[in-house]
Amino acid sequence: MTDLEKMQGDLLGRIAAADDLDTVEAIRVEALGKSGSVTALLKSLGKMTPEERQAEGPRIHGLREAVTEAIARRKATLERAALDAKLAAETIDMTLPADTPLSGTVHPVSQVMDELAEIFADLGFAVATGPEIEDDWHNFTALNIPESHPARAMHDTFYFPEAEDGERKMLLRTHTSPVQIRTMMQHKPPIRIIAPGRTYRSDSDATHTPMFHQVEGLVIDKGITLGHLKWTLETFLKAFFERDDIVLRLRPSYFPFTEPSAEVDVGFTVEKGKRVIGGSDGWMEVLGSGMVHPKVIAACGLDPDEWQGFAFGCGIDRLAMLKYGMDDLRAFFDGDLRWLKHYGFSALDVPTLSGGVGA
Amino acid sequence: MKFTLGWLKEHLQTDASLDEIVEALTRVGLEVEGVDNPGEKLAAFTVAKVLTAEPHPNADKLQVLSVDAGKGPLQVVCGAPNAHAGLVGVFGPPGAFVPGSGFELKVAAIRGVESNGMMCSARELEIGEGHDGIIELPQDAPVGTAYPDYAGLNDPVIDVSITPNRQDCMGVRGIARDLAAAGLGTLKPLAEVYRTDAIEPIAGDGPGPDVRTDDPAGCPAFYAQAVSGVTNGEAPEWMRRFLTAIGQKPISTLVDITNFVMIDLGRPLHVYDRAKLSGGLVARRAKAGESVLALNGKTYTLDDTMTVIADDAHVHDIGGIMGGEESGVTAGTTDVLIECAYFDPDHIARTGQKLALTSDARQRFERGVDPAFLDDGLAIACRLVLDHCGGTASGVTRAGQPPVEARTVKYDPYRVETLGGLTVAPDRQKAILESLGFEVSDDWQVTVPTWRRDVDGVADLVEEVVRIEGIDKVLPVPLDRAPGVATPTATAEQKIERRVRRAAAARGLDEAVTWSFVSEAEAAPFGGGAWTLANPISEDLKVMRPSLLPGLLSAAARNVKRGADSVRLFEIGRRYLDTGERPTLGVVLAGDRRPRHWSTGKAQGFDAFDAKAEALALLAAAGAPVDNLQVFGEAGDAWHPGQSGTLRLGPKTVLATFGVVHPLVLKAFDLDGPLAAIELYLDAIPAKRASGFMRPAYTPPALQAVRRDFAFTVPADLAADALVRAMKGADKQAIVAARVFDVFERDGVRSMAVEIVLQPGDKSFTEAELKAVADKIVAAAAKLGAVLRG
Repeated sequence: MTDLEKMQGDLLGRIAAADDLDTVEAIRVEALGKSGSVTALLKSLGKMTPEERQAEGPRIHGLREAVTEAIARRKATLERAALDAKLAAETIDMTLPADTPLSGTVHPVSQVMDELAEIFADLGFAVATGPEIEDDWHNFTALNIPESHPARAMHDTFYFPEAEDGERKMLLRTHTSPVQIRTMMQHKPPIRIIAPGRTYRSDSDATHTPMFHQVEGLVIDKGITLGHLKWTLETFLKAFFERDDIVLRLRPSYFPFTEPSAEVDVGFTVEKGKRVIGGSDGWMEVLGSGMVHPKVIAACGLDPDEWQGFAFGCGIDRLAMLKYGMDDLRAFFDGDLRWLKHYGFSALDVPTLSGGVGA
Repeated sequence: MKFTLGWLKEHLQTDASLDEIVEALTRVGLEVEGVDNPGEKLAAFTVAKVLTAEPHPNADKLQVLSVDAGKGPLQVVCGAPNAHAGLVGVFGPPGAFVPGSGFELKVAAIRGVESNGMMCSARELEIGEGHDGIIELPQDAPVGTAYPDYAGLNDPVIDVSITPNRQDCMGVRGIARDLAAAGLGTLKPLAEVYRTDAIEPIAGDGPGPDVRTDDPAGCPAFYAQAVSGVTNGEAPEWMRRFLTAIGQKPISTLVDITNFVMIDLGRPLHVYDRAKLSGGLVARRAKAGESVLALNGKTYTLDDTMTVIADDAHVHDIGGIMGGEESGVTAGTTDVLIECAYFDPDHIARTGQKLALTSDARQRFERGVDPAFLDDGLAIACRLVLDHCGGTASGVTRAGQPPVEARTVKYDPYRVETLGGLTVAPDRQKAILESLGFEVSDDWQVTVPTWRRDVDGVADLVEEVVRIEGIDKVLPVPLDRAPGVATPTATAEQKIERRVRRAAAARGLDEAVTWSFVSEAEAAPFGGGAWTLANPISEDLKVMRPSLLPGLLSAAARNVKRGADSVRLFEIGRRYLDTGERPTLGVVLAGDRRPRHWSTGKAQGFDAFDAKAEALALLAAAGAPVDNLQVFGEAGDAWHPGQSGTLRLGPKTVLATFGVVHPLVLKAFDLDGPLAAIELYLDAIPAKRASGFMRPAYTPPALQAVRRDFAFTVPADLAADALVRAMKGADKQAIVAARVFDVFERDGVRSMAVEIVLQPGDKSFTEAELKAVADKIVAAAAKLGAVLRG
């Protein structure tokens, strides 16, 4: 065995035996450092004759490569072992709970309003709004309900104190119908709008709350008939409940602002003890409607001989209850988180025609 | 409006079944609310005779009866004091359900004696109040007959809801007329209904009573007839039965006659006891402050817009609404005056509303009774009085003139198709209108019957034809559809509302809908309400909310009481200010922001920065220019004075208020703090300018940005925002961002560190340039008292 072979054997043996990085580094300095043993051998090459260099060069370089590679390999092994040990020490109990993601909700009334807007947009209806604190002209008089009309008594109106200067009486709108008036006064026909919003009547029991939500529909055009009304309501209800077996029953009724007037019943079937819209096992009253009274059209400054149309009104809370199965109206306005989480909708449940308006 | 099938058939000749009639009523617009057959539940009870009555061997107060209910003697134990041999009463056999007591009869031993059923009291059968003893029927009542058959209780009661336009259907006859028009039979002549040859005024003896009207606006016509020498006993059995069936308690013949005529014909009447009147009767305006004790036992104070009927001394009647107690008829009444008047509907409605007094008469007069029926109404009433109370009639006085002018409408039968959407042959239309009492001329001039005050135009006639022909026959016709895909309809405001709603829900907030009205106390810390209801449903729901927070705070408190640990509620709705209704978003963050966590063992509460973060996130979702917003103070009295603020666009436009709610407000709402809240003023958010769909060109900077940190000691009251703005302002070209990254206080000295981002243009910064910028930044900060730390 030559000296070089012995030296290589020693170094490799020590490298393999090194059990920490510092030892490996010390060996590296000792062998490959500026004044290392292998470095010294490399330097000795310069003093050799070409013949000697020819013979010794490859051997000395072979030694250097073997040592360098062994050091690198040992270093990698030790580093990996150190990392493994560090990671092992970092182990935590992955069965511990993560933070519960926050999940908010959209109120059913808002969701249904968005559904209505989506369905009616497809039929060419815009969404109109109006004040909730109304004057009695818009809420009653213009709608053909003069002051002494018995229908005023039916409305259980909330009033504000009369102003001393005898201005118009202010009240909380009892229905969304004043938006009809405002729309007809501001826009030239043809008109197609729905007007959802808060409405108020001084009434409170299991099925009545002093505040509730209604949606009004209005179409003013030429040649509009009860047939268009019936089609619109049928089309709307089919889209809203996403059922084809919606059956409507019109019943003659009376609203001062429509003539002829009709209440609209929707057929229901009983499934698992609950009334479900569709079929015709029984009838449920859901809408009031009719052809806009000529006096109402005239009150808005339009010529009733030229323009006619229909209007309808419907409880939004009730639509929500029929579609999603709540049975107590009062809970709608309580803000109970348990109820909101149960009946509310995800932010991503945006009603669309392609994805469906129900969620 | 209730009536029985039998009562209806007094006016309507028909073979139709009850079901057919009920279906037709709803079909023509007289919505049936219910049908009740009171006899059904008493079908098991029979007329029975007590054969013998012996003392009970083991009880003093009981008797052992032998009862014949048609099938031979039965032993029945009875505790009624009036039970005696020979009594004819009502027997309930074992198995019968006693409605007034709520149990089913069984064969049972009572004190050791077997009893095979029960002799019943009126209350037990729910046919009256009597419970002192068992029912005693006339001796000739047929033993063994089902009691409902004997008592005429098998007459179904129909309850219809009459819409305010149909005064004519506030009487059974009007309903019969509609049904006849709908093809359910024929309307009998009125004379036949009242078992007489013709309805015509009863001539009577002598002059009519002294009545007049001094208020032709309120009471255009006052007809009257006196009858003397009457006996006011019990009304005939058929009349009592009809009235009882619909829940009207029989009182006396005279009172029952007025009630019967009102319900039968929709014609209210009033009968005065002449002995209690002094002088003649006059319809006049009340004197302000005058009062009257009405028949309901209440005293009403009147004003000079109200029409009354008075004699020389007193007011005796709130005209057309309710009679007075003082001149009401009693059992001892012998001389009466029958009033058949026409009161103006508007006057009646206004008086009724002012007095908050409703009555069957008011309901009819305010809808408008048939002005052409005064003579007939009076004649029918007078005839009934003479027939059932005896006496002698006076002549008739006719004061004033009812508004009987005929109204005609120029009709076009084609309108049924162009408005009603239904094709009905003109002949058929004519027949329908005539069956309802309209007269139709050859050129379609339609004369409206006097009892149809509601009909005054073509649309009304279309409705009459459509409802009788069948509104359900109208076929659906599609609305015209614009070609192509439907165009967007939502307004900018609607889109903002939709975006913030879904952004809030996505950020973990739950949307509530709370009342628009709150109590005065709840409104007070938020500036008080501008709108206070005159007639609130309660003190809690009285003031239109000036802020969304009171409602949300109440809801939060309810949730905390129910045990909720963390409440994140929002609402989108209006604030009601004197300047208008403002769309607003409110958020309340109460309880734990993060529940107790295993890493710390502690829960984390909400603070003002949670509110600020929420406000900025929602404003960003709404499209507000959040980078340009400045924080100001002046959140208001409802907020923690040192932990709240407003977000403004310029000094005046407030987009949001945020922070921690004032502890005194929390206390008023029964909440513990800290509680963070925000209010976003949606209408203050500037509308985005429409610039099409094309985005600006994409030009990322060519060179990398340079970051430099600056640490200052600052005066204690220097706002971080002011320092950052000053530093940014030092070189608006180069500095693209500045952000506070460290704030601390040591030995009473406040330090603040800010990272500045410098963006080179087309050339890298030289060291000299960077130093120049740094010097400008330090100089700008120094103006605010910030000193660069060594």
